Amino acid sequence: MSETHKDYAGDKFGMWLFLFTEILLFGGLFLLYSVYLHRYPAEFHAGGLQLSRVFGTLNTVVLITSSLTVALAISALQQGRKALCLWLLTATIALAGTFMVNKYIEWSAKIAHGIYPGSPEMAAGAGGTNIFFGLYYVMTGAHGLHVVIGAAILGYCMLRIWQGRVSAEDFGLLENGGLYWHLVDLIWIFLFPLFYLIS
Amino acid sequence: MPFALLTKIWLALLVLTGITVGVSSFDFGYLNVLVAMTVAGTKAFLVIFFFMHLKYENRTLGIFLLLVFVILAIFIGFTFFDVAMRSGASS
Amino acid sequence: MHSPGETVPFLDPYPGRSGILSWIFSTDHKRIGMLYLWSILSMFAVGVVLGVLMRLELIAPGRDIMDAQTYNAMFTLHGVVMIFLFVIPGIPAAFGNILLPLQIGAEDVSFPRLNIFSWWLYLTGAVLAVTSLFTGGGPPDTGWTFYVPFSERTTTNVSLAVVAVFILGLSSILTGLNFITTIHRLRAPQMSWGKLPLFTWSLYATAWIQLLATPVLGITVTLVFIERLLGIGLFDPSKGGDPLLYQHLFWIYSHPAVYIMIVPAMGVVSEIIPAFARKSIFGYKAIAISSLAIAFAGSLVWAHHMFTSGMSDTAVMVFSFLTFVVAIPSAVKVFNWVATLYKGSIYLEPPLMFALGFIFLFSAGGLTGLVLGSAGTDIHVHDTYFVVAHFHYVIFGGTGFGLFAAMHFWFPKIFGRMYDRRMANLSWYLLIGGFNMLYFPMFVIGLMGMPRRYYDYLPMYQTGQMVSTIGSWVLVAGLIVMFYGLSKCLHGPRTVGANPWGAATLEWTLPSPPPHLTFLDPPDVPRGPYSYEGVSRDE
Repeated sequence: MSETHKDYAGDKFGMWLFLFTEILLFGGLFLLYSVYLHRYPAEFHAGGLQLSRVFGTLNTVVLITSSLTVALAISALQQGRKALCLWLLTATIALAGTFMVNKYIEWSAKIAHGIYPGSPEMAAGAGGTNIFFGLYYVMTGAHGLHVVIGAAILGYCMLRIWQGRVSAEDFGLLENGGLYWHLVDLIWIFLFPLFYLIS
Repeated sequence: MPFALLTKIWLALLVLTGITVGVSSFDFGYLNVLVAMTVAGTKAFLVIFFFMHLKYENRTLGIFLLLVFVILAIFIGFTFFDVAMRSGASS
Repeated sequence: MHSPGETVPFLDPYPGRSGILSWIFSTDHKRIGMLYLWSILSMFAVGVVLGVLMRLELIAPGRDIMDAQTYNAMFTLHGVVMIFLFVIPGIPAAFGNILLPLQIGAEDVSFPRLNIFSWWLYLTGAVLAVTSLFTGGGPPDTGWTFYVPFSERTTTNVSLAVVAVFILGLSSILTGLNFITTIHRLRAPQMSWGKLPLFTWSLYATAWIQLLATPVLGITVTLVFIERLLGIGLFDPSKGGDPLLYQHLFWIYSHPAVYIMIVPAMGVVSEIIPAFARKSIFGYKAIAISSLAIAFAGSLVWAHHMFTSGMSDTAVMVFSFLTFVVAIPSAVKVFNWVATLYKGSIYLEPPLMFALGFIFLFSAGGLTGLVLGSAGTDIHVHDTYFVVAHFHYVIFGGTGFGLFAAMHFWFPKIFGRMYDRRMANLSWYLLIGGFNMLYFPMFVIGLMGMPRRYYDYLPMYQTGQMVSTIGSWVLVAGLIVMFYGLSKCLHGPRTVGANPWGAATLEWTLPSPPPHLTFLDPPDVPRGPYSYEGVSRDE
């Protein structure tokens, strides 16, 4: 069959197009959030107060730093500094793990307090509060899934770099993996104020 | 991109995060969301332009990205023609 | 010296590789297009059978061959199969895959492995959708629109069906991504944007809709699944939710989806009309830009499906107004096609006949869209057979006939053989006659108040229903004649040359069928896609 030649710019363009689809996928959820914020301002503000600002801010810092480390990793690889690149990617994945651990702690705390989809407390309370926490779980859950996927992609990049298949001469895979990771950061940049700081 | 520039952007993002948190303790009424989104938008701009390298990519890509946000804004905005203008009980 | 791949026709085994695996794991866009063509036509057959069974039930009031629950499942699956498994992938996935790289002088698409993966996603979605007919609590009975709250509560197999829809949506997204990148990156150096064939332009506009609208469908069906699983209440008023938000999210995809369906078919017509009028297309730029305009404007009008839903009067007025706007670029195309035919040298071959059928049926359907888009009149016809007739005219009369036109136009190119002209003509008459007999009465009974998706009906609708059912038999006869006529020409010697129609786009410079490897070196593009000076039909 035909051998297609590598198209670095085309591969990157394709990755950006894929990111557009992710923006619109989450966009549907942001649409729901916008409408319900408009309808239930008081319950959303009260709901936001029940979320931990400390954890939220911490997770924001974690993700922003992970964006830094992955961007540094790409620069490092382009400069031929393979070992540094791999350490920076390890740090990125570790930060992703930290994010997920924090998320687990937050979610467990909420669930222990009876705040989860379909709980009696949610059923008995105000509709707006139910919607706020319903959206919280769906949106942070979808985001968390993308954190895991992104970390897996970066892990795959690490393997390819370690094997020498991705290098200073041919770094498109890492760049595109990095783009995906930055998207994960971007989504959180918007989720954080909308859920944690809306009070 | 040089490490130094990337680190400066990171610091700027941390500062903006601090601003986001700080500003949220003031009440601007219905402007709250606008203020929060403006700060978030600035952070997003830095991530996209620098970390994601859009500053150095060709202009077409930037135009397409803008188009995506415009489309999303239309989807949300036009929904508000319905949601914000219902008569009678809406909750 | 040419390698075997540059001479052996792509339909034949590549030297050293043969068998089914060389097809289902192929990364050759031409083979992938053929895989889609067979899959899509198979799903069309399933959809037709479901439709025929529905029409049999409706031939007379009361129970005829099935109970009401089964009827609900029938129309749901008919819609799901026809829309997600036939019309949306249809022309882009089959003919787009085969023709796009050829038309732009590229070796293949930008991401060949992603391309075959898209087909596997399609196949998976198809298997899951058909499986949902037989497993769980029974086939879904919500209609293809899966409206809440019923889709959240029904015990039928909605969960599996929406998983299938999600996977099919992903297949569509990845195809769109592939085509956009291909058109940007892999055009032959002399193939400027201004020389692109209009079919390519239509695929480009369609690909953007696929890319940007389908993710919204993805999240919407995911939410249905989540609600069925967890009962959060995001669309449930008793839990603070709003069911209309489901409708907004659903139609934000599903309205642009109809442009995914129709724009490629319009692209096919734009190829056929100039070739069979032997005259350059009138208003090339206007047609190219109108495809993009339809894509954009079509994203602004979704809530015209919701005029009677209880949304605000403001929204009703805004969306009704915008709906009139989107009719304009479509009309531009129709005028330009007709202007192309004027004073042309007309060859009335089956591809042109199907293209003319498209123009007539799509225009009829499109005009009735104005009745629906106009909020005042829509109140009377919403959810009646008027709607059913409208969308069958535009989708079946439009995209369906566009697909039949494409099949006849590119049959000689793909198979190296000519179809049987007499059978093609006969099928055309049966199809046009059967189609109008099946669907025109629906406008009438719709205006008289016959609701859609109803299993039973009052005696006043009986005549129309019966005529319609008989029309479905004529239509099916036409389909059988058409497919039989085409399939019997798949055997025998390949006698067709490179350019049986004397067309001027790049695929007609290649042998028929094209070899496995095409345009390894980018071709020269000496003429525009519709400049016929110096281009001859070979006989």
